[in-house]
Amino acid sequence: MLDADFFRRWMTAAHTAVDQEADRLTELDSPIGDADHGSNLRRGFAAVTAALEKEAPATPGAVLTLAGRQLISTVGGASGPLYGTLLRRTGKALGDEAEVSEADLARALRTGVEAVATLGGAAPGDKTMLDALVPAADALGESFDAARRAAAEGAEATTPLQARKGRASYLGERSIGHEDPGAASSALLISALARTAGAAEVAE
Amino acid sequence: MSEDQQVGIVLVSHSAQVASAVAELATGLSGGGDTAPIAAAGGREDGGFGTSSELVSAAAHSVDRGAGVALLVDLGSAVLTVKALLAEGDELPEGARLVDAPFVEGTVAALVTASTGADLDTVVAAAKDAYTYRKE
Repeated sequence: MLDADFFRRWMTAAHTAVDQEADRLTELDSPIGDADHGSNLRRGFAAVTAALEKEAPATPGAVLTLAGRQLISTVGGASGPLYGTLLRRTGKALGDEAEVSEADLARALRTGVEAVATLGGAAPGDKTMLDALVPAADALGESFDAARRAAAEGAEATTPLQARKGRASYLGERSIGHEDPGAASSALLISALARTAGAAEVAE
Repeated sequence: MSEDQQVGIVLVSHSAQVASAVAELATGLSGGGDTAPIAAAGGREDGGFGTSSELVSAAAHSVDRGAGVALLVDLGSAVLTVKALLAEGDELPEGARLVDAPFVEGTVAALVTASTGADLDTVVAAAKDAYTYRKE
């Protein structure tokens, strides 16, 4: 079972990963975006870490809801409301339980991913974060590692696609040949989750 | 509805200058006495390009007179941020609404209409109607 501490560690791991990969994310966002994805997410996840240290929510749902709220407030770009909605809806779907199962998380994450699709009006294949998140949510029912692999493969698979949503879509065919930065950061988020789960297994 | 309960207008742009310039333009074109409350929420809090949910929320509360608030937005994160705030439920004043309208023309139409004391539905309809004015 996964408790609030697990979800706090996930968010901390995501912050660390975003911090380490911020330059790469911004590089990916240079040819097809406005070159701020790394710095925007770094600012957002720093705020998430600070808020979680200050408030220490007692349930998994509350951890993700607070984290999502911080991302909406502080990121400044489209990834703020998108990631904010992902975490907040996932958190709300987890409810008030003190501990949740992996299956609960898989179901809740699917709800969060669907909310992101609704907010952005995008679908898999549009070269967005959904290309990593949808396969990850599907594979999470199997295992954390399967979700990590699915997200990484999904992100890589955005490279040959033509963007149909967001700023990159204005570039038409010129968006082809670049990995989508949102899919790349989504893969980081899921990889941080798998790492947190792996560390928990080792600790047990 | 009394004249002092006008619909408030909020402009959400990626740029502080764009938001405040459009507010100034709309106010100038509305003319003839006091206009409905209008506030600009442009750029990030640190002055960079982007959208700040804090600025949006503060602007919406500053123009809320109890008759609703119409939010006009420009691109990408401005649209998504307002949608996400509306989904939060308690971040924006009661009766706040995202208006699907061209930013400049819709704002002028919304402010002129709101200044007459029209209700939120009428203000939103006037702003949306700006889409039907073709330029060629």
